[in-house]
Amino acid sequence: MADLVKVGMADMNTVKFPGGLTTLGLGSCVGVCLYDPTTKVSGMVHVMLPYSTQIKNNSNIAKFADTGIVALVDDMVKLGAKRNKIHAKIAGGSQMFATSDTNDVMKIGARNVQATKETLGKLSIPIMAEDTGGNYGRTIELYSENGALLVKTIGYGVKTI
Amino acid sequence: MALSLDTLNSMQIDVLREIGNIGAGNAATALAKMLAKKIDMDVPKVNILEFRNVGDLLGGEERVVAGIYFKLDGDIDGSIMFILDYESAKKLINLLFGQEIVGETIDEMGQSALQEVGNILAGSYCSSLSSLTGLKLNISVPSLSVDMAGAILSVPVILFGQVGDKVMLIETDFSEGGDKVNGHFFLIPDEGSFEPLLQSLGVL
Repeated sequence: MADLVKVGMADMNTVKFPGGLTTLGLGSCVGVCLYDPTTKVSGMVHVMLPYSTQIKNNSNIAKFADTGIVALVDDMVKLGAKRNKIHAKIAGGSQMFATSDTNDVMKIGARNVQATKETLGKLSIPIMAEDTGGNYGRTIELYSENGALLVKTIGYGVKTI
Repeated sequence: MALSLDTLNSMQIDVLREIGNIGAGNAATALAKMLAKKIDMDVPKVNILEFRNVGDLLGGEERVVAGIYFKLDGDIDGSIMFILDYESAKKLINLLFGQEIVGETIDEMGQSALQEVGNILAGSYCSSLSSLTGLKLNISVPSLSVDMAGAILSVPVILFGQVGDKVMLIETDFSEGGDKVNGHFFLIPDEGSFEPLLQSLGVL
């Protein structure tokens, strides 16, 4: 199996077959994994925040669900992916710390998931599978061979979605 | 112009490092008293990182750690985190109870002990910072998570995502040599807090 290319926080990357992509230790961030089964072009973006429009400083487009997903689709098409064949799998968006505090920061995971779904919906990209929410971290690995997404956790098992 | 991570000069960074030194020094003293053991502390580091490099702190995103998180507010806003690697967290609980009580996993009693230790340490960190600067500071109740380092560190880091593309973490590492308990204090002031913080210390 080919080495996995690492995607850091607020970062994104694309690979062709036989490559793979991974992001480690997702908390309330969301790992958005896009895949075109016809060309096996794969993309992953590690989204930190929901919308670029809510934030003053937004030079890093991979930081946000709205701009990050759009840019990732563009990069995949440049790499040969067929725009209308791309589908998505998403993971992450947990709430790491329990709190009685109702401020936005603690609920950011749920808002990231919501913004991710809204953005994918606007782009008409179907969501094939998701593993989101909860209060634990996730490491994810996307394989360009078949678009399988492996989700690893500490104490909540390992699964492929 | 408002202060940002890109405009801080080296003297201001030195002052932030000294804040870490005093805060963590007091917290380490509190821990030493609690355990009746000697605690060693390293020179604080002022880490200014791009988000994608945050995972390299603490030896990799997937390393299992116990993180105790506090929201900081008052005259300045931000977060305080006290992070122990998993084995150290278990050893610390055993030291506190004076006996081997922790098995493979940390049970509820162990978790509440960790939160209480975190509370005392964050409290002394904060009160020393408050007496040094004359600023009013409050910390939230502690909240514990035992999970991957990357997932835990992302919580305070996300706050910075709203104002820029880098984050600053004032980190002080400490250890109790005999039983090899290694931990890290992080003070993560919001970007809007640099000004009141540095002003209170006369370096602005």
